[in-house]
Amino acid sequence: MNAPPEEAATGSVTSSELLAVVASRELVGRLTVFAGIGLPTLSASLAQLTVAPALEVVYESGVCGAHPSHLPETIADAVLITDAEAVLAMPALFGYVLQGGHIGVGFLGAAQIDRWGNLNSSVIGDWARPKVRLPGSGGAMEVMANAGEVFIVMRRHEPRSLPDRLDFCTSPGPDRALAEGIRPLGAGVTRVITDLGILARQGPGEELQLVAVHPGVTVDQVRAATGWDLRVAGAVASVAPPTENELRLLRRDVDPGRVYLR
Amino acid sequence: MGPDALPTEAMSSARDKTMGMREAITSFVHDGNTVCLEGFTHLIPTAAGHEIIRQGRRNLAVVRMTADIVVDQMLAGGCVSRLVSSFVGNSSAGSLGELRRRMESGVPEPLEFEEYSHYGMVCRYLAGAQRLPFYPLRSYAGSDLPSVNPAIRKVASPYTGPNGELEQIYVVPPVNPDVTIVHAQRADRSGNTQVWGLTGVQAEAVFAARRAVVVVEEIVADEVVRSDPNRTIIPAHAVDAVVECPRGAHPSFAQGYYDRDNAFYRSWSHISRDPVRLENWMAEWIHGTRDHAEYLAKLQGEFDSRLAVGEAPSLPVNYGRRL
Repeated sequence: MNAPPEEAATGSVTSSELLAVVASRELVGRLTVFAGIGLPTLSASLAQLTVAPALEVVYESGVCGAHPSHLPETIADAVLITDAEAVLAMPALFGYVLQGGHIGVGFLGAAQIDRWGNLNSSVIGDWARPKVRLPGSGGAMEVMANAGEVFIVMRRHEPRSLPDRLDFCTSPGPDRALAEGIRPLGAGVTRVITDLGILARQGPGEELQLVAVHPGVTVDQVRAATGWDLRVAGAVASVAPPTENELRLLRRDVDPGRVYLR
Repeated sequence: MGPDALPTEAMSSARDKTMGMREAITSFVHDGNTVCLEGFTHLIPTAAGHEIIRQGRRNLAVVRMTADIVVDQMLAGGCVSRLVSSFVGNSSAGSLGELRRRMESGVPEPLEFEEYSHYGMVCRYLAGAQRLPFYPLRSYAGSDLPSVNPAIRKVASPYTGPNGELEQIYVVPPVNPDVTIVHAQRADRSGNTQVWGLTGVQAEAVFAARRAVVVVEEIVADEVVRSDPNRTIIPAHAVDAVVECPRGAHPSFAQGYYDRDNAFYRSWSHISRDPVRLENWMAEWIHGTRDHAEYLAKLQGEFDSRLAVGEAPSLPVNYGRRL
């Protein structure tokens, strides 16, 4: 919530614009971020123009230090390769860069998240005969296991996305690893940015708690939209709304074609 | 040559291994095979997948990190009974209709699914390519995946860790496909294969397989390859067949040759959502075309208009020549 000391935007802001801007501020001062496609990529691109000019974006496809001429539509878009600083083979990207401990922040989406920051991206229902088959782990498992910490962006804060119990744990946080007797390398999920506000935790042993709400959102609203008995921080901050500058950069420079902004 | 062969002379290196797509699939892909198709968003061997469908292969186990449109088409083509994969969505463009029907309803028949994470799949290829019994990785501790995939197992390190204990770590088994098929920008006639842009796990997947087919945008002279040997990611001795198939990755892309057909990827959710619509699409575009050239002809001007890319040549390097 360290918003730049600028004018708040007048005029309407869409939910995805709000999420992209608020998520971008989380990257203040960061050097490397491992970004999933969509809102994470938008937020990383905006952060490079605002709070984190030295930020290097790393993609699971193998691209490090991308300088794309257009907004990439996938994490493996051809525009990411041209003018990039490095393109690594996947064993090097996953083995040396990610598992080897060079990623301070991973930025993911998720279908479901629970109070400990465990993620489900595999199935709704039973794995053997699911009600909905989701894409699966991809690289999310590795990001959760190896990044210093993980930020999650969720478009819709509702009980079925933040349930009391996951249908399936695809990507476990460090608490579940510790329960198996295996020492985790990172803190797991430390920030969850949703369309209602921000949840946070420091690391293993802590539940996610509500630390901030967007203007006009009440604490009771957030608790009602959460599938577990949501803890609330002693002081709940109000998220500073997007500024004119952030919105202009986002709309004009980062995603002028509104590929991911809705 | 493949891991089962004795390390004899690389007798295949100097030969001309070029052949047509039909002959390559007839010769190297058989019913019941474990077939690996690799290409991480880039250089996906679509044309080869279509030919497998045209030739009516059955009971294949498909090994592919990102099960994508090609896998959805092979499923709809009745070719696949088992899938080994770490991501079963349509990239960022939506879902795979046939795959979801097989997994959610078991229609027309259930699909055996061996599920991993991305690095788990990479490690399977690494183990397979190096004749190792398993490969360790830091993933899976606390995940539900091992409970649905008994091939993901936990072992104790034989060495004492920093805290004086024997560390527990998860491992995955090797994968050795009967055949791996990849797409690349270019190769020479003996199979030295050059790729730029995203190389994914193509080399690893080729080395892990008993046989390998490389499909290329263009076959080039030996001297072209030899002018830049660092660009060769797969040496000739690992390759059994080379197929020249321009634009053979569509709707995927080849860096420097043509762009990804994002509109097609977005349309696949709609095409595949309805089984009858999907069947009609398959009848028109795969069964109704004799080969990839006829498929491309149906796309008419798309390549030149929407999918063309500008130039961004690399600066040449000097390998030096002894005087």
